[in-house]
Order: sequence, then structure tokens, then C-alpha cells
Amino acid sequence: MRRTVLPVLTVLAAILVIWYAGAVWLNAAWAQDRATRAGVELSLVELVADTWAQDKPKLPAPHQVAAELWRTTVEQKVTSRRSLIHHSWVTLSATLLGFALGTVLGVALAIGIVYNRVMDMSVMPWVIASQTIPILAIAPMIIVVLNAVGISGLLPKAMISMYLSFFPVVVGMVKGLRSPGIMQLDQMTTWNASPAQMFWKLRLPSSMPYLFTSMKVAMAASLVGAIVGELPTGAVAGLGARLLAGSYYGQTIQIWSALFMAAALAACLVALIGAVQRVVLRRMGMA
Amino acid sequence: MGAGTGQARAGHGTAPRADPAETVIAARDLDLTFETGDGQVHALKGITLDIRKGDFVSFIGPSGCGKTTFLRCIAALEQPTGGSLSVNGMTPDEARRARAYGYVFQAAGLYPWRTIGRNVSLPLEIMGFSRAEIAERVARVLDLVDLAGFEKKFPWQLSGGMQQRASIARALAFDADILLMDEPFGALDEIVRDHLNEQLLQLWARTDKTIGFVTHSIPEAVYMSTRIVVMSPRPGRITDVIDSPLPRDRPLDIRDTPEFLEVAHRVREGLRAGHAYDD
Repeated sequence: MRRTVLPVLTVLAAILVIWYAGAVWLNAAWAQDRATRAGVELSLVELVADTWAQDKPKLPAPHQVAAELWRTTVEQKVTSRRSLIHHSWVTLSATLLGFALGTVLGVALAIGIVYNRVMDMSVMPWVIASQTIPILAIAPMIIVVLNAVGISGLLPKAMISMYLSFFPVVVGMVKGLRSPGIMQLDQMTTWNASPAQMFWKLRLPSSMPYLFTSMKVAMAASLVGAIVGELPTGAVAGLGARLLAGSYYGQTIQIWSALFMAAALAACLVALIGAVQRVVLRRMGMA
Repeated sequence: MGAGTGQARAGHGTAPRADPAETVIAARDLDLTFETGDGQVHALKGITLDIRKGDFVSFIGPSGCGKTTFLRCIAALEQPTGGSLSVNGMTPDEARRARAYGYVFQAAGLYPWRTIGRNVSLPLEIMGFSRAEIAERVARVLDLVDLAGFEKKFPWQLSGGMQQRASIARALAFDADILLMDEPFGALDEIVRDHLNEQLLQLWARTDKTIGFVTHSIPEAVYMSTRIVVMSPRPGRITDVIDSPLPRDRPLDIRDTPEFLEVAHRVREGLRAGHAYDD
């Protein structure tokens, strides 16, 4: 335990030092500016103190972000528009729906690619091409088009999440479903197994380690998709909306706290998949 | 050549096997050519061989002599390009669909996510046996290969030799009369191999299966077989078929008897002749 704690704490301390130093460096100009206009001379200590306590700093100090996070999570009712928990839930629901849709779509496409020669030859280039289009360019179009046919709210954002998250699942599952060797497939043939039996008893179980690894990547991509999906609509709720509102009004502390919330959310979701992976693979005898 | 000369020299004392109705595998002038980038490869050429019920037939020869390919033809994993081949009076593919044979590969090929018991039950599940029948058969074949009590273990908890025994149990589980084995003990060390050879002979004596056995090892082939098929490469063909004069009941020390050494000598001569042709 101690062997892992010490390096992690060292890295964390280094990040904090660099961050505080960065805050001084980036915010000093504004502090000096204000002091000059007020006609006062700042000592070094006063200057540093000022750079760590501004209202709209270029780079907020860690404790400012921490205080904002505390204020908007613990001290607010979760139903409040000011609650970061409320905004996180809005983004999380789109993330989870998009992730589920993306995983289903990815697995379905992978099965098609592995079992159908035409799909094998044709689908993969399109899948790769789909990921070369900048999501920021296509997200507004998805929102607008779906709005035009009367679909709004959760689903358009989930579609953008799906668009980003199906890709790693397709790639991982194609690899996973093809992981059984020739010998294992021949063996199934000697037992006269049907294609369905080959899938359920050999290909699918073989692909499980690949599926979980892909799902971790897909979950992180899905969260990014949900946040991006909140940007172009001028959404009123969600972490993306918090980021956008923060940038409109120069609320850098709000932006950073939303960023941290998103990062924490992603870490929790990926860790959750990791836990499921451990349980499933252990029960399968593979870990 | 091949089967004809072998039968003429037949000197087997115990099992009476002249009845052609008991021929389970019959190959007539079998050819198999692969098309590769460098042109045609004659994997098999003019293979004519009868394997009778209850035979233990070893195929021995250097790499590329087609011994594995011939076994795969019997299992309908390869399609011959000429000649005829019948298994239990059917085409190999019909025999495969009728589940006429169990096939043991060089690697045990156990599924890591299944316990030993569930690995053995896999072909039974695929073939649609009832749950009670599966449990009964798994227990029986695991007992047959001395793995009773290991049902709940995962493959990685067993040694290589035990894994290969489990894979033999799996091939025996559905009562196919024919057992095809492609260098099943090739990856194991000499001591484990001796032990498994002895066990396989006992198992063969108890179950009266017909066994086709591919090997690189002359002592293994001579020790195990009622007939030894010597093959040579380019093109893959049979150079000699030796009917073993050894009795069916074979303790390990039979390998020091003059009869054993004589058969081994003849196998070695056959292999050398094949190589001379090659150079």
C-alpha cells in the first residue's frame, strides 16, 4: 500500500506546486494593474496573496476551485440550478444512455463484420471515417436535425455520445470475436457445432477481455460526447452548459470546477467498469 | 505399395481382422494439392490405406509428409482433391456430422473460462445431451483418464499433462468409435509422455476404439501401435505399412525386447528411404 501511496502523493504535490506557481505567474499582471490604478505598492507577499484570491482569475488557485466545488455540491440542494450535482446528473444520464446505445451498436456492427463478408469489406472504412469528422462540427447538426423532427432533450445528446463511444467497441469486439485460433474453430467443427453455438460458446466468451477494455475507452468518450452535445444548444443544464456559461461571464472558477467534476465523473465510471470487469472475469476464471 | 504390402506382411496374433466389413476408414488413391503462391504443393499423393475396427494406427514421418493432413482429411477438416475416402462407410463430412470421431489436437485447447468438468461437457452441450446424461458422462470419462475430483478446477490450475488428459476425456465423452490424435503428447516431456502413452494404451484396451495417432517419435509409434504407417514428404506419400508383431498387452519394458527393437529398426529404415528419395 505504502509503495503506491508515496509516489501518487509526490506527483500530486508536484502538480499543486506547479499549479500555484502558474496562478501567480498568470494572475500577477491583473493584480499589478489593479494596484497601480488604486495607487498602492504591492509587496511580494501581498501580490502572491492577491493572485490566489481573485474573483475572475486567468487561472484560479486549487483552493478556490475546491471551495467552489464544496459550495456547489455540498451546500446546495441537489434540485437547485446552482448545484453541480444537478448538472452532473443531467450530463451523466446522457452519458449512460449514449454509452449503452454505443455499446449495443458497436457489438452489433462487430458481429456483422465478423460474420458477414460484405460488411467485413465495407463497414470498417466508414467506421474509421466517422471518427475523423470533428465532433464539434457534427454535434450541432445532429441537435438541429433531431430538433426539426421533434426530438429534443436527452436523446440528441445521447446520440452524440453514442457516435463517439461505438467506435472503440467496434474495434475491440472485432478483435475479440476473432481472437479464437484456427485450432479452436476446427475443434468446434469436429463437434459439428452450429454457427450460433460457435458464437455463444467460443467467440463471445473469448471476446470478454477485449469488450471490457473497449468499454472503458467508450465510457470516457461518451462523457466527452455528452458535454460537447450540451455546448451548441445553449443548454441550460449539464456540465457542458456550466462550461459555456462560465466562459460567457468569465467565471473561470466555475469552468474549472465543472472540468474537475467531469474528470471525477469519468474516473468513477471507468473505475466502475473496471470493477465489473474484475468480477466477471474472475467468475469466468480468466483473472 | 502402402497398404497392400502392409497387409501381405500381416503378422498380428491377437485380433482377427480379415473381415472387410470391419474396415472403418478406407482411402483409395487419395490426392490433395494446395495452391500456394509458389505453385502447387502435393500434400498427399496416392494414399491407399485401410484402417480396421479396433486398430491403433500411428502415422510417422518428417514434417511435411502429410501425416497431419491425412488425419485432417479423415476428420473432414481438409477436402481431398482426388481419390476416395470413406469413414464408417460415409463421406468424411457425413461422418463428421454424425459425430463419428473425437479429435485431439497437439495443444489441449481447453477453454480458460470453463472448469475441467465444463470443458469436458462442452461437446455434449453442443450435441444436445440432457443435463443428467452430461453429468454422468463427464464423471465417467474424467475417471477414465484419472482426473476424477478435478471437475471444479480451471485449466491453468493443472499441469500440461493433466490438461492433455482432460482434452482426451473431452474427445471420448460422446462415445465416438474413432479417436484421431494429432501429436497429442508432442509438447510434453519424456516422463509425462511415457506415463500418458501407457494410460492411452490401457484406455484403448478398455474401450475398443479405433485410433489414428500422428507422432514424430519412433519409440512412441512402435510402443503404441498395431500398425505403423511410415510417410515421406514431397509429395506426401506412404512408404511402408508395418503390422506390429507385438502383443496387445504391452508393459513399458516391452521396449527393451528384440521384437520391439526390430520394428523400430524397420520404421527407421522406412524413414531413411523416404529421405534418400528426397535428396
